Amino acid sequence: MSAHVSRPEEFFITTEPYYQPVADEVALFEAAYHNQLPLLLKGPTGCGKTRFMEYMAWRLQRPLITVSCHDDLTASDLVGRYLISGGETVWVDGPLARAVRAGAICYLDEVVEARKDTTVVIHPLADDRRILPLEKRGEQLAAGPEFCLTISYNPGYQSVLKSLKPSTRQRFVALEFDYPEPELEARIIVHESGLTAELARQLVKFAGMTRNLKGNGLEEGASTRLLVHGAKLMAAGIPAVGACRAAIAQSLTDDPEMLAAIDELSSSLF
Amino acid sequence: MATPPLTQPQLEAILDQALDVELSFRNTEGPAQRLARLPRTEQELVLELVRRLASTHVELGYQIAEQAPQALAAMDERGLTSWALHAADVYDRVGLRPALLAIREVERFLREGAERAAGVVLEEEGRVLLPFLNGLEGRRLQIEQGEEPWTDTEVLYLPAVVAHLPSREENFLIYKVMVTQLWAQVRYGTFRAALPTALAASPTPERLLGLFQACEETRLGARLARELPGLQRDLTHLRQRLAVAPPSAAWQTFTAPLQQADASAEDSLLLACSAALHLVPPAPAVWCGRLQFDAARDRMAARVEREKALFRLHLANLLEEMRQKGALLEHEPRFTTRQRDDTPESLELILDEIAVPLPAGVRRLASSILLDLSAIPPDYLVPAGPGEYDPKLYREEQPDLDNLWEGTYHEIGAHLYDEWDYQRRHYRKRWCAVRERTLNPVHNDFVALTLARHGPLIRQLRRTFEGLRGEDKVLKRQAEGEEIDFDALVESLADHHDGRELSDRLYAHRQRLERNIAVAFLVDMSGSTRGWINDAEREALLLLCEALESLGDRYAVYGFSGQTRKRCEIYPVKRFDEPYDAAVQGRISAIAPQDYTRMGFAIRHMIQLLRQQEVRTRLLVTLSDGKPDDYSDYRGEYGIEDTRQALIEAKRAGIHPFCITLDREGSEYLSHMYGAVNWVLVDEVRKLPLKVADIYRRLTT
Repeated sequence: MSAHVSRPEEFFITTEPYYQPVADEVALFEAAYHNQLPLLLKGPTGCGKTRFMEYMAWRLQRPLITVSCHDDLTASDLVGRYLISGGETVWVDGPLARAVRAGAICYLDEVVEARKDTTVVIHPLADDRRILPLEKRGEQLAAGPEFCLTISYNPGYQSVLKSLKPSTRQRFVALEFDYPEPELEARIIVHESGLTAELARQLVKFAGMTRNLKGNGLEEGASTRLLVHGAKLMAAGIPAVGACRAAIAQSLTDDPEMLAAIDELSSSLF
Repeated sequence: MATPPLTQPQLEAILDQALDVELSFRNTEGPAQRLARLPRTEQELVLELVRRLASTHVELGYQIAEQAPQALAAMDERGLTSWALHAADVYDRVGLRPALLAIREVERFLREGAERAAGVVLEEEGRVLLPFLNGLEGRRLQIEQGEEPWTDTEVLYLPAVVAHLPSREENFLIYKVMVTQLWAQVRYGTFRAALPTALAASPTPERLLGLFQACEETRLGARLARELPGLQRDLTHLRQRLAVAPPSAAWQTFTAPLQQADASAEDSLLLACSAALHLVPPAPAVWCGRLQFDAARDRMAARVEREKALFRLHLANLLEEMRQKGALLEHEPRFTTRQRDDTPESLELILDEIAVPLPAGVRRLASSILLDLSAIPPDYLVPAGPGEYDPKLYREEQPDLDNLWEGTYHEIGAHLYDEWDYQRRHYRKRWCAVRERTLNPVHNDFVALTLARHGPLIRQLRRTFEGLRGEDKVLKRQAEGEEIDFDALVESLADHHDGRELSDRLYAHRQRLERNIAVAFLVDMSGSTRGWINDAEREALLLLCEALESLGDRYAVYGFSGQTRKRCEIYPVKRFDEPYDAAVQGRISAIAPQDYTRMGFAIRHMIQLLRQQEVRTRLLVTLSDGKPDDYSDYRGEYGIEDTRQALIEAKRAGIHPFCITLDREGSEYLSHMYGAVNWVLVDEVRKLPLKVADIYRRLTT
């Protein structure tokens, strides 16, 4: 066995990822893409933003380059840098430069987490200039029509210090995501985990209970992703209460009393 | 070998001492006699509790000694401790008589079950029950302690202790079932039934009430079985364990219609009214209290009016917002609603045939309205006209806190904080009534004079502090980095030519050094600071603010003072989000000696404020001239121990406390409270202004 190795800009998604449209987001994305407008995905964690991106990359037949932004992510991490190789300096493109060159879809996940200077390098790419300056090389890359820049952002839990600057957010077409409607969410769970429809409905109800606790002891309620995890455990034969605890409750909180309360909720349901 | 139990005379001697019999004239012979029969470990536990409670009130200690042997027959040691501390809390809250009643309540458990039960206490289980309750959909309800389970549609009242079954788990289940039953009454509209009218018309209102309650239990039971099937399992288990007889066949046939999914409270009422005379409803289970319809109705009436006003106001705001966004609205926009089923989530608000997204706050309000009225009535959908509703009338009243202080004491508008009683080794719940009071800025020549006198010092401080400001630093010779470190590269190429290994540390990495600090300064405004200490404090604060302005840390300054637990006062001088301006300077000038130094509440209040700051480092600097002290009850060890406990809470909340003191005699108690290194003595008052800024600089670098 060996892992499959490929360069990110050559990575095309060939099989259709499972994605259930919630509203008109697919049409909106396509319209924005064809008009070369950058996109901003807003929504809580685990509600399907990344899956949506995979689906769109498959639909549009473009490679998808995802960068998960962290608080130490610098502009060079995105654009590229010089490295030393055999006593020579060699320029190495960062993921953003690669995406521009390959006409890929570049997805910057949780962009507010990155350093402030990082958001500035995407500015010229995100307006009608569509260029990426490679300052250290004294060059600039002009993006082709296939290139697409998408960023995501969770307005829910970020602090005031970490909100997007208006100069950044006003360049993007915004798509808002939320957890799907209960029936749709149950259908997604059934599809992803193979759990029975009845149990999936109960699981969605359980998610609703944890979402009621948001801001009242929990920072976030259970996301669709967590539900799928729980459902997979249940489908593998783990009893429901145990699966909910391991896959969902423990991911939401460390507080023993809150954990006990969530356990009581799930044991009331299942 | 187990230690032999204490004998009766030994016990008597210990009790006499603990209960101070020479002054209180209590006869300890009886309790000692009963305690003598217990094993040693239980004796120790009881004596311990007697001592702890006697420190609050001798009578409480005595009653515990009296009742504990009996109580131990009904609950385990953990339950006993909780029960005793609960009695102490009742004493704090409402006085001696209710506390003694709470102690004697143990007899009630004995009546209810002779088995040795591991009782559970609401105070402890409430921490799990409340989030559990909040997780269930609907209005956000509260839990409070009451005689029996009942609800007024906003608060669920639960008994203080449950000890019907031998194991903790099962007793907790009883609590859980109580909570769910009461929640179901609110959620599924028990109080929507026209019961009061029916009762008034009935020749036998008592019987009708009983029938209605039993009908509702059946209806809600069926509903819960569908909604929360897991709970049904618990219920079956509890019924079995408590040997609850299943309802008679006649009752089951009679209430069959209530098993329907769409049965309502009105159906229950109709059915109850039609019951034949000989039909006996099943006895209510332990988890079913009595419906208190009047209380619920009163609450509901007040809420319905308030919520209608608020809802209409929200609609008006919604329209206003849409107009501002440039939405084209018809001349008289018309709101309607659509609902798929009876869940609040399915409610849609329609404006001129287009669905409008409901903001979270409005949705919560709407779901609360749905619980009372099952639909949004048409007159709710008329947006409030200009000036039609004064929202202040319907919101929680916000009285002027400064005026409140005039006249008698009450707790309106106060933050209530716990206080540590070291003798009881437990918190006194909601003990200190803390209020933020306005400090009116004084604009005299103090600021100008101080700034002029300390001009050179301020300039120097500013320069030093500017040097501390977070700036990026380039780290050289890193294995990774955004730039090439050419010095390192040249060097290692030379090394390479000499045949040595080529280093891989050839990059420069720009490290961001951010001062991510929030600091709260807490200034002692007690009477003992009168005179030059107060002057020095004010000067120190002014200099500090000047210096901090150039540093850019988030900071706040609060003064505190008080007299007794009922008048704890916090004076905001500068809040975290407030700029340093003339008003702040004026408030620094206005800092004046007040009353006593009750310290715990001030620290606890600062903890709350610091927690709201999203920073990496939180710092609490106290500026004081002496021991914690207050009129009567906060003297000596009590005050020191409470302050220490408050500081431990601060550390647990990730806050670093530090104390700057002027008290030369303070080394012993300060080391005990803050730890050996977390305080510093400034022994010359006039040096304080210079020192404070300097100490702060050292603390944060």
